[in-house]
Amino acid sequence: MNETSNLTGERIKKYLSEGKRFDGRALDEFRNLEIETGISKNAEGSARVKLGNTEVLVGIKMDASTPYPDSPDKGNLMVTAELTPLSSPRFELGPPKFPAIEVGRIIDRVIRESKFIELKKLCIKEGEKVWTVFIDIYSINDDGNLLDAAGIGAVAALRNAKIPKYDEKTEKVVYGESSGKAVPLKKELPLSITAHKIENNWIIDPTRQEEDISQARVAIGQASGIISSMQKGDNGPITIKEFDEVLDLIEKTYNSLSSSIEKILK
Amino acid sequence: MAKEESNREIVIPGEIVVSGEDYLPGEGTEKKGKDIVAMRYGLAEEVNKLVKIIPLSGVYQPRRGNVVIGRVENLTFNGWVIDIGTAENAFLPLTEVPRYVNKNELDEVMDIGDLSVVKIWNINKRGIDLSIKSRGLGRIDEGMIIKVNPNKVPRIIGKEGSMINLIKDNTGCNITVGQNGYVWVNGDSVEKELFAKKAITFVTEKSFVSGLTEKVEEWFKKEKGDKK
Amino acid sequence: MAQIKRPDGRKFEEARPMKAKVGIVPNANGSAMFSFGDTIAIAAVYGPKKMHPQHSQNPEKGTLRCNYNMISFSVNDRIRPGTSRRSTEISKVTEWALEPVVMIDNFPSMVIDVHIQILQANASTRCAGINAAAMALAHAGIPMRDLVSSVSVGKLDKTLVVDVNKYEEDWEDGEGATDIAMSFSSNNDELNHIQLDGHITSKELKEAVKMGREATKKIYELQKKALKNVGEEIEG
Repeated sequence: MNETSNLTGERIKKYLSEGKRFDGRALDEFRNLEIETGISKNAEGSARVKLGNTEVLVGIKMDASTPYPDSPDKGNLMVTAELTPLSSPRFELGPPKFPAIEVGRIIDRVIRESKFIELKKLCIKEGEKVWTVFIDIYSINDDGNLLDAAGIGAVAALRNAKIPKYDEKTEKVVYGESSGKAVPLKKELPLSITAHKIENNWIIDPTRQEEDISQARVAIGQASGIISSMQKGDNGPITIKEFDEVLDLIEKTYNSLSSSIEKILK
Repeated sequence: MAKEESNREIVIPGEIVVSGEDYLPGEGTEKKGKDIVAMRYGLAEEVNKLVKIIPLSGVYQPRRGNVVIGRVENLTFNGWVIDIGTAENAFLPLTEVPRYVNKNELDEVMDIGDLSVVKIWNINKRGIDLSIKSRGLGRIDEGMIIKVNPNKVPRIIGKEGSMINLIKDNTGCNITVGQNGYVWVNGDSVEKELFAKKAITFVTEKSFVSGLTEKVEEWFKKEKGDKK
Repeated sequence: MAQIKRPDGRKFEEARPMKAKVGIVPNANGSAMFSFGDTIAIAAVYGPKKMHPQHSQNPEKGTLRCNYNMISFSVNDRIRPGTSRRSTEISKVTEWALEPVVMIDNFPSMVIDVHIQILQANASTRCAGINAAAMALAHAGIPMRDLVSSVSVGKLDKTLVVDVNKYEEDWEDGEGATDIAMSFSSNNDELNHIQLDGHITSKELKEAVKMGREATKKIYELQKKALKNVGEEIEG
């Protein structure tokens, strides 16, 4: 019985109409958030994030590579997500399916479009060598909202990341030795916040059961009032009025989430 | 070494529970020479020289007579295929419904996705057979379902229902506990149902504490006191 | 003959500081973590459950299916996500190490899935994975005859050592490094799995197996304590 039943779905909707959720949260409240950084010895940066029972592991690896022809002086970014069968009976072995691909691509846009990483400062030798930042996301336990948890992990891991030493003579990266420099980042955290629509209600940070019965979702990547990416997912339609509502809701939620994260990262 | 019923110890597979000629290997154990060895992870219990393992974990093991909560997966020409959380799906035939059902109106009685309280009346090589003929069985129309570790169900029910009745009285909810770990809670308000859920969670988290009934009574007093 | 000195100062029969914890993935039927020093493995068990596709089902006994994977940032040189021939082989070897103790006849047509992720690698990853998987299987309530305890034994030039780390794996002096991974049914002297690469005589190999068996006794104590104290990180 892995899917959420109609009965539970009906109850979730009834509770929502009274402004309540199974775990007692308000509709716009995030679950308990835990972040641990620097948990991986071989990564350049890393973070473990727990959002309620949802847990993800994010690692930053860096390598020296050739730049793209149309950006000879900018570093590269690559974001990959793995929804591991370890984390849920719903995920299968094999090449990434759409949900994993979507998480990777959305977090990529959140980080890239907000210009959080100052890619111009990751140039080693213009036209020849630049740093590539790999952000790898792994799910450890899925209880809903892997996307936002992954986003929090990505920024926490980046904040924690140090550029490894680069040997000019051999033109190789010396892993295990730090250059002492942190990965150059902007100050404001770009965060992915997803709102799910269940009947007439928008909820933030759904559990897996809530995700199962939601009809539509909107994920917004933003930093301090500027939206840099957005994705509406699933096949339920939303009215323009509902769209306006969700923009306001997510903007409001950004501030509380961002300050929670900043407090933890201190 | 296994201790007495009130003081049971956790054992792991391969561990010698007790040694002695006159001990008998019960469920979850095997006799190797003089030793009774555990064949699964759980609490070792010895009563009148019979040693068995009470599982702490593991998927639900269906037994004849168990009342469980399941979800309709499929409709066939003569019944409903129901998922009760076991590897094999279970089957509820038309003949085990307490009223006449026309072959064309199966989905009106229960449709795919509906939940139902059912009783296991037979288990054989072909599968698990269900019935909803007795009182208290049948489709669940309203309420919420909580999933708990099926191994904790005896604690949630308590001796002769003492624990579950305590929870029902203190929360004002109807509660049906399925042996497969699914618990149906039905109250006339959201608050009452969430309170019952909280109580059940408390019991499952403290399930191996002794004097649990008193602790739960205290917990209820405190919770209700806080609300004033 | 000059005795070697282990780079981290350990005695020859000394394993790195180990940690074990049971109950780390709430969704799984059973789960555990095991580490040898910096090598960290986690395992989650799902099952027994119906096996799909149907034609893969074995009507006479169940199937134990293991999957071993190293996460991209478990090592210094990033591993591209996805399977490799190496991880496929280790997955199979892990199945062979665990199957002798799992009472697989109890689950005809069903499958038990064991997922292992190596979070951090400093050699002996398959051994850490097997140790975590054995705990996870027990935690999942799977009927088992015994636990399985796994360790690596190395030969550095002519000296046998327990629990090889990355530095020792690359030993170049004299006869170089021989790396032997082995797994035992914890309460029996049954060898469920052994692999090696290097340069070793059969006399030395017999000695290595004895040494490994001794070392797994301490590992077993850790696994046992972790299972008896779910949720606690046990050190040893």
